[in-house]
Amino acid sequence: MEIPYTVKPRPDTGVYNAKIGIWLFLASEIMLFGALFSSYIILRITAPEGTWLEGVLNVPIGFGNTLVLIASSVTVVMAWASLKLNNYKAFQRYMIFTVLCALTFLLVKSFEYNEKFHHYEVWTTDETDNRFTGHFDKEWLSEQKAAYKARVAEMDAQYQAALSEWSSSDKSTDAPREPDYPKITFFTLTTAEIRDLSSFLGFDSVIFEKEHKHAYKYAGMPEVDDHAHHDEAGHEGDESHAEGGHGHHETLTIPVGNIKRASAFIPSHSTFFAIYFTLTGLHALHVFLGACVLAYFVFCNRRMWKEDPDRLANRVEVGGLFWHFVDLVWIFLFPVLYLL
Amino acid sequence: MAHDSTQTSTADHAHGEHDHHHEQNFWQKYIFSTDHKVIGIQYGIVSLLFLFLGFILISCMRWQLAYPGQPLPILGNLINDLYGGADGIMTPEIYNMFGAMHGNIMVFLAIVPLGFAAFGNYVVPLQIGAPDMAFPRLNMASFWLFFVGAILIFGSMFIPGGPAQAGWTSYSPLASSVPTNGQAYWLVGLVILIASSLLGAVNFIATIIQLRAPGMTWMKMPFFCWAQFVTAFLLLLAFPPLQVAGIMQLFDIVFDTSFFLPTGLIIGGQPAEISGGGSPVLWQHLFWFLAHPEVYVLILPAVGMVSEIITNNTRRPLWGYKTLIYAVMTLGFLSFIVWAHHMYLTGMGTVISTFFQTTTMIISIPSVIILTCLFLTLWGGSMRINTPMLFALAFLPMFGIGGLTGLPLGFSYSDLYLHDTYYVIAHFHYIVAPGTIFAFFAGIYYWFPKATGRYMSDYWGRVHFWLSLVFMNLIFMPMFLQGLAGMHRRMYDGGVTYAGTATPEEGVVGILTKYVEMNQTISIAAWCLGLSQIPFIINFFYSITNGKKVESPNPWKATTLDWQTPTPPPHGNFDGPIEVFNGPYEYSAPGTDDDFLPQNVKPSKGGDTTSAPSTEPVPAK
Ligand code: HEM
Ligand SMILES: [Cu+2]
Repeated sequence: MEIPYTVKPRPDTGVYNAKIGIWLFLASEIMLFGALFSSYIILRITAPEGTWLEGVLNVPIGFGNTLVLIASSVTVVMAWASLKLNNYKAFQRYMIFTVLCALTFLLVKSFEYNEKFHHYEVWTTDETDNRFTGHFDKEWLSEQKAAYKARVAEMDAQYQAALSEWSSSDKSTDAPREPDYPKITFFTLTTAEIRDLSSFLGFDSVIFEKEHKHAYKYAGMPEVDDHAHHDEAGHEGDESHAEGGHGHHETLTIPVGNIKRASAFIPSHSTFFAIYFTLTGLHALHVFLGACVLAYFVFCNRRMWKEDPDRLANRVEVGGLFWHFVDLVWIFLFPVLYLL
Repeated sequence: MAHDSTQTSTADHAHGEHDHHHEQNFWQKYIFSTDHKVIGIQYGIVSLLFLFLGFILISCMRWQLAYPGQPLPILGNLINDLYGGADGIMTPEIYNMFGAMHGNIMVFLAIVPLGFAAFGNYVVPLQIGAPDMAFPRLNMASFWLFFVGAILIFGSMFIPGGPAQAGWTSYSPLASSVPTNGQAYWLVGLVILIASSLLGAVNFIATIIQLRAPGMTWMKMPFFCWAQFVTAFLLLLAFPPLQVAGIMQLFDIVFDTSFFLPTGLIIGGQPAEISGGGSPVLWQHLFWFLAHPEVYVLILPAVGMVSEIITNNTRRPLWGYKTLIYAVMTLGFLSFIVWAHHMYLTGMGTVISTFFQTTTMIISIPSVIILTCLFLTLWGGSMRINTPMLFALAFLPMFGIGGLTGLPLGFSYSDLYLHDTYYVIAHFHYIVAPGTIFAFFAGIYYWFPKATGRYMSDYWGRVHFWLSLVFMNLIFMPMFLQGLAGMHRRMYDGGVTYAGTATPEEGVVGILTKYVEMNQTISIAAWCLGLSQIPFIINFFYSITNGKKVESPNPWKATTLDWQTPTPPPHGNFDGPIEVFNGPYEYSAPGTDDDFLPQNVKPSKGGDTTSAPSTEPVPAK
């Protein structure tokens, strides 16, 4: 026996199988994102004073992305309607546009992410609670990277040489020990990595481009007064006055010993970024998978259009439902993360 | 052993009629099958295997509890090789690993897949008269995802550093600070398992809504299907929050986030290098939001099976069929709002505790209704006693004990004392072990003839039953006493350290020695319980090829559609279109020749055939 109601709706329930399936799946997705939103709320209201970030995200970009997704939600409906109206060409156009919107969204998101990965916050030990944002001096950083690579290569070469010498010897001595150096990727630097690197390469301060204006505000803390802050930073050590900022940056030389903590805006920076990356990352994954499925419908299901157009229309309808859901999640995400 | 198999339809016979099922090779037929029956059996085999493995783990732990610090026989050297330690002695770390894995394996890899996925897959489409599940390929994907997740979780036992050690509840920060990658493996495995169970849940619900045979209205659906239907909703809606929690805890481990890690956390005397600011209680909320509904996922399929078996063997309609349906639906709904009764000691505050205490008391009402209906079904019936029936009957009081002992746990003030003691262990094991597992045994003995065309031996079944019943109770009854005496549930040495140290003048109140000594009785009973499964295992494998052949496709003379197909059922399940005329439990209905009226047989006399029990004596088997 064939499985009934794969294409035609069952009379008493009024739906075909896949439609029930997708609604159920979306119900579980609501619980998924619902749980994440609830976690967001709980993390936010239980956050210890002065640890919750506000206003770190770029609102215009987020808003633009919102528009992109809304547009795609409209075109996905148009695509489905075109199929129902027997207009395959129009279906193709609308669907491709939808997929392009999805790709745009992802592209913008990845720029946003990348910007965060290279944006640092540094806490220094000081009589005042000092913290500031910015990034490592580009030149300084690439110098360190080159120095690190050179040292590592050198140590590896030494080890290889010692090893080959030892293996051609009578092996009466112990085998040479593997070189012991900190494994650092430079993708983003953590506090521990900075300390390791400083003792490995022998530098004792880092060069940091401090932003005049804070890129964020901590909930419950007074807005940082720029000028007062400027002065404090000046106190930090004689060197830190050194070169004034170019543009709206100020170059600081911070002794490694004074760094209490340094972190880029990555998940481990704070619970805000942790939940931000989790929420948006999971959403982006949905966008990506949704786009793949929609692209599959438009590029690989041509034959089905000829043989079983109803089935293709059903597929597109189900895919469209999923797509609406993905948009809807973003409609919640945007104000919660960017505006509140 | 003589029998005539004239009536026995076989799968081959049915295949002849359905040529459009193109030939399948071995792989398509038995490994990557999309047939719900094969998938059900696959789930069954894998989960029974895990049931066995979970049991091995706990048997090792029971040795340590009964004879703390003494070399573990047989497996001692093996665990030393794997996890360190010497002389076959179980170290505290190993004890923790085994404890965590016992819980994880039993809940996620044994009971849920066995009850929901194995029995559900095999029986539900048959009972509703469907040719297969609504999405056969998703069904296959669901099984293979389960398999991969299971391998990850079980495989973590063999990685350097060993598996997770923080209990099946994996509370943070403990879970993310144990020095092993096992926790991460468990989390990844869990996320995959949840994906699998979501596919399964969607499939079950869609199947039940869409593929009921013509005439199979909601109120003619066997209660087992109802139970599975509600279970599927629990899985669908309760599991995603745990998936989220799993991802978040994984990030805590892999990306050093602080979702569940508070500010100022000290690990091993060192301040942890984390941002802090997270909430350990959040993990508990997310976990129990799943894990309470999960306990109903463990029990509802069992209740469904027991109902089928009891009605079949008392030859009476299910008492309060509709009441039962409303009760499970209520139960399903309420199970979402009781979770924090596991968290009274987290300092949530009295208002929240009171709320959850109230909902917990309310949820015991539908539970009692279910039990009452099942007991009343027995009333005045002339029972046919066979192995499935014995297990099903034993389920009722065991479930009763488990449920009633939950009430003191549900009240926040008595739970302050009982929380995390052996009392809790006894409570839920009464429900899951002599409860759910007995129901599964009943189900295996009952549907075995359907799947294989042969009976399992009734004699050895009874041996298996009585031994299991005795040892189960010898294991878990003393645990109530231990718990009431204050024995903590996670003590590595079974409480020896505190034994007899009852020196009230110093303010130390220990555990009386007699409660600690019970550990030995319990452990011996546990190993005996293991041995009692040998008759079952032999019976199971022996009967596949050598059991007594069934006399007809419907050997139990059952009314439901699963028995109105050839035995074993062919691909596609039914020989032809099937239509339903009757309710699911038309036993002893007046006006029928036999004492039962299958759902798909048009009643000979028009009139009302519902529920009035027959006055005639019912032929015993
Ligand atoms: C209606 C009756 C029930 C009530 C009132 C009840 C209540 C409770 C409460 C309050 C706890 C927490 C105890 C503590 O940790 O201090 C608990 C634990 C537990 N219950 Fe129940 N329960 C009931 C039925 C069930 C059922 C049907 C199952 C199904 C298997 C079950 C399985 C469990 C499990 C597994 C735990 C222990 C979880 C853990 O801490 O590891 N309970 N129960
Ligand atoms: Cu509970």
